[in-house]
Amino acid sequence: MTLKTQVLIIGGGATGTGLARDLSLRGINCMLVEKQDINAGASGGNHGLLHSGARYIASDPASAKECREEGSILKRLAPQCVEDTGGLFVAVKGDNENYIADFPDRCSRCGISCVAVDPKEALVLEPSLSPDIIAAYAVEDASIDPFMLSLDNLAQACELGASQLLHHQVVGFEKRGGKIEAVRLMDRRRDEEVRIFTDQVVNACGAWAGEVAAMAGVRINMVYSQGTLVISRMRIGERVINRLRKAADADILVPAGTVSIFGTTSRRIDAPDNYRPTTDEIDAMIDDGMAMIPKLADTRYIRAYAGVRPLVKSGNDDDDRAVSRGFSLMDHQADGLDNFITITGGKLTTYRLMAEKTADLVCRRMGITQACRTAHEHLPASHAAQYTEPGFTPKLWFKKNDPSDLLLCECEMVSTAVFNEIAESLCENGHRPGLLEMGQRSRVGKGPCQGSFCSLRMTAHMYNKGMLKNGEGIAELKDFLNERWRGIQPLLWGSAVSQAELQEALHCGLLNLDVEESA
Amino acid sequence: MGLQVKKNNISCDLMIIGAGMAGVAAAIFAARNGIDTVQAGLTGETLYASGLFDLYGVSHSPTRELIDDPWQGLRQLKKKNPEHPFSLLSIDQIRTAMDGLTKFMEDVGQPYKGYPDKNARLITSVGTIKRTYRVPETLWEGVKALEKKEPCLIVDIQGLRGFSAIQMVESLSHSWPCLAAATINLSWDNRLGPKYAEHIARGLESESARMEMADAIRPHLGDAKTLGLPAVLGIQDPLGVCRDMEKKLGLPVFEIPTMPPAVAGVRLKEAFDIHLPRLGIQTFFHHTVHTVRHQKDERFFLEVGRTAPEITVSADVVLLATGRFLGKGLISDRKGIREALLDLPVSQPDHRRYWHRESFLDPKGHAINLAGLEVDDSFRPITARGLPACPNLYAAGSILAYQDWIRTKSGTGLAVATAYGAIEAIKRTGK
Ligand SMILES: Cc1cc2nc3c(=O)[nH]c(=O)nc-3n(C[C@H](O)[C@H](O)[C@H](O)COP(=O)(O)OP(=O)(O)OC[C@H]3O[C@@H](n4cnc5c(N)ncnc54)[C@H](O)[C@@H]3O)c2cc1C
Ligand SMILES: Cc1cc2nc3c(=O)[nH]c(=O)nc-3n(C[C@H](O)[C@H](O)[C@H](O)COP(=O)(O)OP(=O)(O)OC[C@H]3O[C@@H](n4cnc5c(N)ncnc54)[C@H](O)[C@@H]3O)c2cc1C
Repeated sequence: MTLKTQVLIIGGGATGTGLARDLSLRGINCMLVEKQDINAGASGGNHGLLHSGARYIASDPASAKECREEGSILKRLAPQCVEDTGGLFVAVKGDNENYIADFPDRCSRCGISCVAVDPKEALVLEPSLSPDIIAAYAVEDASIDPFMLSLDNLAQACELGASQLLHHQVVGFEKRGGKIEAVRLMDRRRDEEVRIFTDQVVNACGAWAGEVAAMAGVRINMVYSQGTLVISRMRIGERVINRLRKAADADILVPAGTVSIFGTTSRRIDAPDNYRPTTDEIDAMIDDGMAMIPKLADTRYIRAYAGVRPLVKSGNDDDDRAVSRGFSLMDHQADGLDNFITITGGKLTTYRLMAEKTADLVCRRMGITQACRTAHEHLPASHAAQYTEPGFTPKLWFKKNDPSDLLLCECEMVSTAVFNEIAESLCENGHRPGLLEMGQRSRVGKGPCQGSFCSLRMTAHMYNKGMLKNGEGIAELKDFLNERWRGIQPLLWGSAVSQAELQEALHCGLLNLDVEESA
Repeated sequence: MGLQVKKNNISCDLMIIGAGMAGVAAAIFAARNGIDTVQAGLTGETLYASGLFDLYGVSHSPTRELIDDPWQGLRQLKKKNPEHPFSLLSIDQIRTAMDGLTKFMEDVGQPYKGYPDKNARLITSVGTIKRTYRVPETLWEGVKALEKKEPCLIVDIQGLRGFSAIQMVESLSHSWPCLAAATINLSWDNRLGPKYAEHIARGLESESARMEMADAIRPHLGDAKTLGLPAVLGIQDPLGVCRDMEKKLGLPVFEIPTMPPAVAGVRLKEAFDIHLPRLGIQTFFHHTVHTVRHQKDERFFLEVGRTAPEITVSADVVLLATGRFLGKGLISDRKGIREALLDLPVSQPDHRRYWHRESFLDPKGHAINLAGLEVDDSFRPITARGLPACPNLYAAGSILAYQDWIRTKSGTGLAVATAYGAIEAIKRTGK
């Protein structure tokens, strides 16, 4: 198959989807390609903290200022994606006194609002804090839903004429005379090759940017740092809570709707695909975080996940946290390619700015003078992410009160009608959505049964609807179960072990999914 | 029977803690030996069970070979893995134990079938193939149909979620091409909404419901030589219901296990609830043991009750058949695994990081499944020094170490065989 577009964006994370919207608002035709699903990379594996900037005042004041500005823009223009919780920085006995003393000054030098809070009062505001805290400051942190953000960006882009290809992986470039003429992709669902002819190519592949650039013969010196996070079953605290110390592991607790997310770590890995949360990281994080929030020791966690930070190397720093969290926009003209740009690094908080700067460069190349509109215009809510909100589908189901609408997921009450609606929205371009995508766009498999039962009901339903053929269902089930497992395996202790045992008894003991045997 | 019921105190020879497959089998064997027995426990994993009696379907060795002849497989296992609980028993003992359970099921009107020296193969609701040793007779025609790859119709029921005839037909299409699928509505229960296997099964105990179901199926039969249905053919007398459907439709009918909540577990539970007391076992189903007191070489005193202690049982001998994590025989926290009731030593990996593998379906299996109680030749839990923790304390079932019933497809077999071994050992002490 052969396709055509003006600008091809590689990578469907916050940056790629943000860029698709930015370009579309400037009237430029673009196509976004993604090797897996939207937010399959760091944009789906991060903390969801809309930084006030206070975390970076010491290590990277320039990034701190960027965060401050971008944070306030997003709160204003994309309120549907943001919960404006506010944040606290707290120190406990034993934390570095100098860092604590310098904190308010450093904040004000970056223009970041920071108000001292009496530790006793902080305990009233956030009762889960340790009684041993010795200092507290209020800042303007907030919580952001990265998935809703990307879907909303992409939805507006598509409304304005952009197109998307999911599960299409870039595998090579066809160059002619200092230009990329066409990009070769693999349709991973159909195992077919696709060629896309394009004027401009933007590599927005985050941690994979080096890999993709290398296919075009361009070298980017990158290292990879994995960060691991855990989701608690219940929300802990009202605000974002940060440890007031030089940035380290296990520093931050971010509330997100009905749950909280605790993290993170920084672990060097040798390739961007080799990431997964580990038991050791979880144990170390809980042991460390207990000093600030004792409750973390006996909280029930429902899922762990990890993301990869792409760190573009300049010097030879050993401390990955010391490498700048600012973004890198690379014009590969210098590497002999006139129509190839890479944008990587940075933060979720600054994705809009990254998209703006990238689009500016694309426009200069194309001789287009349209100005960026995303700093002033609202991001329309698309409702594409509504089904991932806890409690939304149960309400819908009770309200509809249609007994023929059977529940496929009983824990999170996702009904057949909701399933069908999501599936249809994904069926563009003859695409066949799988169990994992359905799980990504709804709460299927996110309840206490961890997908043991709903995966079976969904598969059966998909066969009945003709969405699955031959032995595809068995492969889908295995992928879904293995993927869910990544997130629960490091959290298996206490009652979660019993749940895992039930799941294994069912899927392996009875259904033999661990064994290859043909009829 | 020698039961002394004094207000809230009971005295007995043997107290069985646990009413899963192991506890139930132990009670049957104890009763056959005239041992004065009290039993307490919840229905346990039995409610999730498929009704299939697995013995040894996949090898314990890392290569995970498919086992055709379970006895030959077990002989190999005994040679290579002397620490495996099966290795504490002779092949004859295991056979006697399996036959004992099958006989009990036959006596209570739920006959089982199987080959003497071969595992049976059947299709599951996701379209995979499962090996097992004995199946309820209502499933037997399915085993034969798969062997012969006969033209066969699979029927599913509107509203019974997780059971799709098309799924089975599609998944098996390349190896069993003359499978066909059809969906029927339940005419006697035409309410919209989900249908549950147990409700359908209770409905099918009436002749008129069976008639209507047969009428709904008949137009779809085509050239099918056998008919597969979800396991919903009655609770008390499934074989009777099955035979009646065969008569009405004029072809062999078989059941296919459904996902939980399934009727197989309900059938087993009802059989145990009704028939164990008839064997003379004093049963306290829905009760658990809260505490166990014991002084060396003396009787046990156990506090038994629903939510709080209600009865004190004193017993010469205790058999622990409390299962694993799901049964609540084992518990864990971030630091390790413990035995729940007596804090007996648990053989386990050094650190939590080794409990589970990175891939859920890794054929090698998860190390945590090999954790459990180590026992001596008489099925008595031992301490680190290799001595019995208690001279009159025994253990059986999935709580035992060095076995992985899930991956070796040996759930029932392991529970029943070790229960048999423990009761034989108790018998030898003459208590
Ligand atoms: C643990 C962790 C915590 C974080 N916490 C925060 C936080 O709280 N707040 C904050 O502001 N920032 C946070 N960040 C940073 C933030 O997540 C990232 O900066 C941001 O998500 C990067 O988005 P991106 O679109 O550039 O990259 P990604 O989201 O990684 O997107 C790249 C995409 O490219 C795709 N791709 C790769 N190769 C190919 C190919 N060959 N063909 C097609 N597609 C391809 C990938 O599948 C992926 O979807 C965190 C990061 C990590 C790792
Ligand atoms: C999903 C699933 C599918 C299965 N499929 C198959 C299959 O296809 N084939 C097969 O052969 N087997 C299957 N099995 C069942 C398997 O045979 C048994 O679960 C296994 O043999 C373990 O039996 P058990 O009696 O040792 O433990 P359990 O069944 O776990 O029983 C433990 C018992 O101990 C009791 N107990 C625990 N603590 C106390 C206490 N303090 N006081 C009193 N009682 C206590 C519990 O209440 C329970 O009654 C399946 C099981 C599950 C969960």
